[in-house]
Amino acid sequence: MAALFVFVLASFAGLEVITKVPPTLHTPLMSGANAISGIAVIGAMVVAGPDQLNLTVWLGLIAIVFATINVVGGFLVTDRMLQMFKK
Amino acid sequence: MTAMPQMVGLLNGLGGAASALVAIAEFYRLLGEGTVPLSAVSTAILGSLIGGVTFTGSAIAFAKLQGLITGKPVSLPGQQIINIILFVCFIVGSGLLLINPLNTTAFLGITAIALVLGLFLVLPIGGGDMPVVISLLNSLSGLAASAAGFVVMNNVLIIAGALVGASGLILTEIMCKGMNRSLPNVLFSAFGGAATGGGSAAADAGDKSIHQIDAEEGAMMLGYARSVVIVPGYGMAVAQAQHSVRELADQLTKKGVDVKYAIHPVAGRMPGHMNVLLAEANVSYSQLHDMDDINPEFERTDVALVIGANDVVNPDAKTDPGSPIYGMPILEVDKAKNTIVIKRSMQPGYAGIDNNLFYRDKTMMYFGSAKEAVAQLVSEIKQL
Repeated sequence: MAALFVFVLASFAGLEVITKVPPTLHTPLMSGANAISGIAVIGAMVVAGPDQLNLTVWLGLIAIVFATINVVGGFLVTDRMLQMFKK
Repeated sequence: MTAMPQMVGLLNGLGGAASALVAIAEFYRLLGEGTVPLSAVSTAILGSLIGGVTFTGSAIAFAKLQGLITGKPVSLPGQQIINIILFVCFIVGSGLLLINPLNTTAFLGITAIALVLGLFLVLPIGGGDMPVVISLLNSLSGLAASAAGFVVMNNVLIIAGALVGASGLILTEIMCKGMNRSLPNVLFSAFGGAATGGGSAAADAGDKSIHQIDAEEGAMMLGYARSVVIVPGYGMAVAQAQHSVRELADQLTKKGVDVKYAIHPVAGRMPGHMNVLLAEANVSYSQLHDMDDINPEFERTDVALVIGANDVVNPDAKTDPGSPIYGMPILEVDKAKNTIVIKRSMQPGYAGIDNNLFYRDKTMMYFGSAKEAVAQLVSEIKQL
């Protein structure tokens, strides 16, 4: 239940912050947000944690790989874009 | 940099897949312990649904943008019904799973359905609607991360996911507004397919004449104008013409021409696509203008230069209630004193409809790939 509150409040905070971003920066915003969604890597580490190898750990490992590509790739792309806006 | 939309699409898919895998992995962990609490089951269902849809949906979006599969809408006969049946199956599967959380067949089944749903959701959507799809998938990948957060009960995940979900939602909303279409309309109408091809407009195109010009005339018009507004579109992105365009603008500015850029919200294949490309070519921020800013300016503009844009400048959207894009806000280049359209051919744009603008007396067509055409204009202007 507490988690649900956190979710709703974070959504409101997100809406409030992001409506203020000018259209020019929408692409970097999107790819940045995209990189953040790779935060699933935390969840992946949690499930891949146990030291005996079973299905859960394998799935978690794959998830870690995917999420890490997402985070690293996403931030690299965003950074390259923001470099272009820097004057 | 041109490959940016598909890059974002691909990364997005990986994020979605990771979230789905977390949900699935957690489900199996609990299964191994023998008891799966109801709350965990429901969040695992959500996680695999959103994550699965994001994964396959993004994969298709990537393939479409990369040109691996056709950018045109693809749908099976009775697609809507198939989707509804799949969704009902998903609900039933979820119900079974909620009643008996140890039912792994049901869980695998609904995960497979989620993956298929992702395919069927994006396949019928055409290339021009990609800004909406990309931002929607972005939003979904956030929600998927959030759902994964619920599964493993991790606040960081929930918060970050919710932020991403919210930002994606806003962008989706803005993109839809830019096309004056609702989200369900974009997702389910297979726009631009044979059914809505606007056959009548294309049919009577034959007897209309166009005015064609070459680089020299174009350069004269541009060079001796007082104000020029450049309208870039996806064609500029494909041809990677942004640097040539910047050079053109520089030459014009040197000649004392006032140059501005008009950016339509859905120009290109992702939100803000044109802005990024022009920023890459070092075009100053302050020269870029939104649709609402620039539209009143067209009346005072000598030449509007349309580079690889089509539907976003189609005046039918305002005047012809029968047009499939009627009601979509456009850049009103038809109000400028003259319009030059750089285009590869008379092929209709993404919406598959004819553009009335091209047949107007004030409109000059300059055929060629955006990059070479603009480069020629630049060299001609240098000689003026």
